[in-house]
Amino acid sequence: MSEKQSVRSDPNGGKWGDFLSRAGSTFAALGRTIKNAFVKLFSNGQACAGFCIIIFFILLAIFGPMIFPYDVTTNFSMRFLPPSWEHPFGTDEMGRDIFRQLISGTSNVLQIAFYTGLITVAVGTLLGIISGYIGGIVDKVIQGLANIVLTIPSFPVFLMLAALFTIESPIELALALSAWSWAGLCRSVRAQVMSFRERDFIQICAVMRMSKFHIIVKELFPNIISYVLINFIVAVRNAITGSVGIMMLGLAAYDPTNWGSMLERARNIGLVNPKVIPLLLAPLLAIMVFQIGTVLLSNGMDEIMNPRLRVN
Amino acid sequence: MNSLMTLEHINMRFQKGGFFSKDRSVHVLKDIDLTIGEGEILALVGESGCGKTTLGKIITGLYVPTEGQIALQGESGETIKRKKRPLSFLQVQFIQQDSYAALNPVRTIYQSLYAPIRMHNPKWSKKQIDTKIDELMTLIGLQPAAQFLSKYPHQLSGGQRQRILMARAISLDPKLIVADEPVSMIDVSLRLSLLNLMSELNERLGIAFVYITHDLSTARYIARRGRLAVMYLGEIMEEGAMDVVLSHPRHPYTRALLKAVPVPDPDARSDEKLPLKSMELSGIEDRGEGCPFAPRCPYMTEQCERPVDYVVTEGVRIKCRNLEEVERLNAARPEGTDE
Amino acid sequence: MVENQIVQPHENIVEIEHAVIDYPLRRYTIRAVTDVSLSLKRGAITALVGESGSGKTTLASSLLRCISEPGILSGGEVRFYPAEGAPVEVLKLSPREIDRFRWEKVSMVFQAAQSALNPVYTVRAQFEETVREHGMKWSRERIEQKMREVFDYVKLDYDRVARCYPHELSGGMKQRVMIAFSLLLDPELIILDEPTTALDVITQDYIFSILKRINREKGISMLLMTHDIGIVAKFADYVGVLYAGRLMEFGSVFDVFRERRHPYTKGLIRATPSLIGDLEALKPIGGSPPDLRNLPQGCVFSPRCPYCTDACREREPDTAVQGGRCIKCIHGFEEYE
Repeated sequence: MSEKQSVRSDPNGGKWGDFLSRAGSTFAALGRTIKNAFVKLFSNGQACAGFCIIIFFILLAIFGPMIFPYDVTTNFSMRFLPPSWEHPFGTDEMGRDIFRQLISGTSNVLQIAFYTGLITVAVGTLLGIISGYIGGIVDKVIQGLANIVLTIPSFPVFLMLAALFTIESPIELALALSAWSWAGLCRSVRAQVMSFRERDFIQICAVMRMSKFHIIVKELFPNIISYVLINFIVAVRNAITGSVGIMMLGLAAYDPTNWGSMLERARNIGLVNPKVIPLLLAPLLAIMVFQIGTVLLSNGMDEIMNPRLRVN
Repeated sequence: MNSLMTLEHINMRFQKGGFFSKDRSVHVLKDIDLTIGEGEILALVGESGCGKTTLGKIITGLYVPTEGQIALQGESGETIKRKKRPLSFLQVQFIQQDSYAALNPVRTIYQSLYAPIRMHNPKWSKKQIDTKIDELMTLIGLQPAAQFLSKYPHQLSGGQRQRILMARAISLDPKLIVADEPVSMIDVSLRLSLLNLMSELNERLGIAFVYITHDLSTARYIARRGRLAVMYLGEIMEEGAMDVVLSHPRHPYTRALLKAVPVPDPDARSDEKLPLKSMELSGIEDRGEGCPFAPRCPYMTEQCERPVDYVVTEGVRIKCRNLEEVERLNAARPEGTDE
Repeated sequence: MVENQIVQPHENIVEIEHAVIDYPLRRYTIRAVTDVSLSLKRGAITALVGESGSGKTTLASSLLRCISEPGILSGGEVRFYPAEGAPVEVLKLSPREIDRFRWEKVSMVFQAAQSALNPVYTVRAQFEETVREHGMKWSRERIEQKMREVFDYVKLDYDRVARCYPHELSGGMKQRVMIAFSLLLDPELIILDEPTTALDVITQDYIFSILKRINREKGISMLLMTHDIGIVAKFADYVGVLYAGRLMEFGSVFDVFRERRHPYTKGLIRATPSLIGDLEALKPIGGSPPDLRNLPQGCVFSPRCPYCTDACREREPDTAVQGGRCIKCIHGFEEYE
């Protein structure tokens, strides 16, 4: 807060120059940090593999539909075809190609997961930092809220929220999913912040009368950013399971190609019918591979960033 | 010498005990009166748990004492809440023991030095700040500065980091620096040069130092022209000019402490026992009204259980009832003080 | 051959010859100890002085063959001479034998007494566990009797302390428990790794008086690692000075302190503040501590040495030996000041 004021009160008009040079140095530092992060990422096998899997899915979501466009027209003569070169995962109950359906659904699944991760991390981290650093009554209120959320099981709440509001876009589903997932992160970020608050380099800030804004944004946050990143991936992973579950139960059936919706259709046809096996297995396989990617990446990042696990 | 900071009647109690247990408060500092003169070096010496670090944190404002008054150059530091301390208390800075923990691990040295100067000199241009940082680096003897500024704390050695802490502490032009065991984690061969650096900052910039340590030898070195205050279980037992106290320790605790310090000369060896009744440090919880050292003191009498006042001789104040008796008994045994 | 000849125990209890200890890391290998030969006299207290990274802890761990991962002893010999019986080649012991060798012949008191004790067991339980682990079939009474004996040495009240948990003891008491612990199986040598670093001077003095008594009365040899010159002067009989993994000087404490030879030892003594003596005579050692990854050419101390010559920068000096004292300096025993 007072940092902003300090820039404004500069009478020499050096405000912009100073601001730009500061922004420049910030960007340069950011660039360095990102470069270092990648160097470290690729030095760890797990993280590297996980990263590649996730990048693969992202590319699939963006470019997949261009290369393998999905044709929605039904063709009953081609119902339930077994896998072949033309249809790698066979066809569904209306004769549509499952492989292309899967690709077309990727974007939706990833969007939900990404937004959920983003909202969860943003809310959880912000509240966690506020709660841990400011303390007092604010802390009590936030922690009370988080405890309520944590004691109520999440899945029924998803179901209730999905039933109350008609969900028609990834963002809405993401909001419903994050409503109950921020609390755990909030608590763990708070614990981290509280341990940092007692550390010497934060204490000296009080002696040097640094502003709260500076302490939180410049001193505290960079120290927990890796922790937050790992939790982002974990949130994404949980969001995939959650969203696919909701979709499968037909509670947010706005996109028929979503992997969850595919599962729902398989369920409706009857899971004992051997003909639906491709329709059932294809999304499950996709989910599994993606989850392996997130697990590898988060474990790998943990190894990179957690000094206790760091080898050498 | 003009007084810079005065501490009057400082008491500190920490609340102990949790939700279910009975509340007990631990009296970690008891009736501390202390004056720090302008540009002087005061060594605060004591064993762990004697409250020396707590006192240091009270001086820097990290702790608010339960009772007592602090004034800096006559201006009272409102002690109820740290926020209310006047900005002039920025002139009191702090150097911590663990130089690695004292620097933010994810910020470069430059960033760590830049931020406080920026915060308190909002009108300065970046160039002015850079010049200031350059001056600081010259002052603390890390040259060429650029080579160190772009580094992260873990890339520097302990001695270099400790120098950076000094640079940061003097960056806001303080009048007083509290240094809490600044060399205890530094290699022996580098300690002396760091102590020399502190003396230099003291002489050249006129900064007063409160040097907190358990190591009397380094205290003697840095505060040879300054003062020594010996603390025991939250009280100052003896306080006076360094050379006077060392050449003639009067308090029974000071006597024992001086004997216990190993001297780097095998010819000065002696197998003499320390003049102590018990080696166990009595807990701070169960001390009474009287002298906290009484349970270990070989000269203890019944009166020692009553509150004690300071006795002043030769500019040294001593908190002991039986000074004459102690003096007489020690003179009878011709072992001499350490000369 | 005379049959009933009384075999005198060897005058040395441990001989380390040309020890080299490496830490292979991913990108480079750090040589923590380079060609150190050292003999510990039986019944004496030998101190190893060195700053952080000088290799003193690593060298001492080699005696128990418990060098921390990934360090390995890449060369040299370690020989232990028990009071009775044939010398033991420590490096050739099988894992079973080394387990028995530790604690029964050589025990160790660690720097962090706080963490060396298991917080969830009482002191007595931990002693009993150790006895059992070493395959001793002692009765409870025998263990108690032994514990009372060793507790007596460290001046701890058995009835009070034995049933305590570690957190109920003060730092000084914990360290004394650790010393008692090291005495449990009657070792012939105790390795003390910075035993008083975290303790106050009075407690430190007390612990050293206890150790000295154990040394005198039980005749147990001791190897003390420290960075404190004052403790060496007050407590040790022999001293070895380590710098960057090399033994720079070795000799009896009185010799080393009275006739200061090696420039590093000299500098170290002169850089140590003391309660007596002239403060103006103190002088810091210039330069910065050695970086083991990037050691200077020639003598490792040469960049900081005030008596450095061109020859020092070219070649690492040999160790000059004279009457039980050795010096690794080009100037050897000659006067050079």
